[in-house]
Amino acid sequence: MSRLAGRVALVTGGLRGIGQATVERLLHEGASVVVADLDESPDGALGQNSSYVRLDVGDEGQWQATVAAIQAQFGRLDILVANAGIGGTGPIREITLEDWHRTLRVNLDGVFLATKHCADLLAQSGRNHRGGASIINISSIMGLVALPGAGPYNASKGGVRLLTKSTALEFAASKLPIRVNSVHPGFVETPLLMATSDANALAFYTAGTPMGRMAQPSEIASAVAFLASDDASFMTGSEMVVDGGWTAQ
Amino acid sequence: MAKLDGKIALITGGTAGIGEAAVRRFAADGAQVIFTGSNEAAAKRVSAETGAHFRRSAVEDPAAWDQLSGWIREQFGRLDIAFANAGIEAGDGSVEHISIEGWDRIIAVNLTGVMLTCQAAVRLMRDNPDGTGSIIVNSSMSAYKPMGNFIAYSTTKGALVALTKSVAIHCANQGLKIRANSIHPGVVETDLIKNIIAKQADPAAARAAYEGMAPLNRMGQVDEIAALVAFLASDEAAFITGSEYSIDGGSTAGMMGV
Repeated sequence: MSRLAGRVALVTGGLRGIGQATVERLLHEGASVVVADLDESPDGALGQNSSYVRLDVGDEGQWQATVAAIQAQFGRLDILVANAGIGGTGPIREITLEDWHRTLRVNLDGVFLATKHCADLLAQSGRNHRGGASIINISSIMGLVALPGAGPYNASKGGVRLLTKSTALEFAASKLPIRVNSVHPGFVETPLLMATSDANALAFYTAGTPMGRMAQPSEIASAVAFLASDDASFMTGSEMVVDGGWTAQ
Repeated sequence: MAKLDGKIALITGGTAGIGEAAVRRFAADGAQVIFTGSNEAAAKRVSAETGAHFRRSAVEDPAAWDQLSGWIREQFGRLDIAFANAGIEAGDGSVEHISIEGWDRIIAVNLTGVMLTCQAAVRLMRDNPDGTGSIIVNSSMSAYKPMGNFIAYSTTKGALVALTKSVAIHCANQGLKIRANSIHPGVVETDLIKNIIAKQADPAAARAAYEGMAPLNRMGQVDEIAALVAFLASDEAAFITGSEYSIDGGSTAGMMGV
């Protein structure tokens, strides 16, 4: 498959989990991929046609530098996957303001800054193909339904959902050829979730999902790749829920 | 691309519009396609161009489903994909003006017809050796933005959201790997819409009005809708069930403001 041949993509949080699977998938479809994450350098080899940039998505100065580097190296950006995210749980009466800000900074500020700083380059590149450029923001089913004790995470992912729709409408009204959609994964077997969940939690994720299992990261990446491609040319402001039926029950 | 290689697909209302585009896309993606409808002349053309099999069958008729299901079992031995697409709007009106005949007919085709499509599909799919299947229900953005002068159409399209989720949850509870999802297209430039535009006193103004319904300021094309259907039909969407996917150029994302 090469439906993304010649396109350049940026994936934040691209070294692990859904981000890593997305990088692999976009490479497989022919895109050149800039992988952004917090590590000083990637642990293993990245795929051919990929490069690495260290990026704290909550830091505006680093965003300016990253976009300038992509402009210099490729002169274009077709696909932005705002995937970087962290957890944010705890009883609301006990969470510190610092903890709250930490989650919102990465999960929501990070998406805002990504959109703000990539939009000009995306708009230039998007004029060259039917579906325009594509921003895919990774929200969560926790951006649609709440979980007790997940206040900061719920707030951040719900924020991503409506920031996505507002941006989609704004770009459409401004005739910028950039589609903006959100993806809402259910429980996914990511290294982060598997490492931070005890047996009870894993049983809850599995049994609570109507399909009776958790998702593989590649099953989220396939939805991202669809939104990135011209197959999704009439989709903007939409939410793709990929949750094994969690929110339908 | 051939991501539907080897799959057997059924599409209701496949002789025009989104249904016809789905026949073409599924065939191009490698599926063997069966489609239904009532326009035999159009069906012949689509069959000749795609190799898809046409069966004249009415979605609202339970006896017709027994026949069609039996034929699929006999000819193909399985069913992997069902696109419940057939729908009508003729005879609709506002709450003050719709006739009971118009109401009953639209409920029969758009709602009962989709239930019967899902029923036949699940009964066939549960016997597949690998137990998998994908059902895609064609609802509409009218499920979220009902039209005042199309009460029956809007009501059936809203009901399809719950119908689809019920099918998805039933299948999951049964341990079946049969997925069910609904799609919600905005205004799509089908032949039906083109004809409506052409008949207006000022076709250009009518076209502009339809285009202006979407923030993207254009109508969707039938192949764009078919592309989403093909994605949901494929194994790419293996973890997607019970979901509602809008495909409307931003129409339901919010208000455009001034």
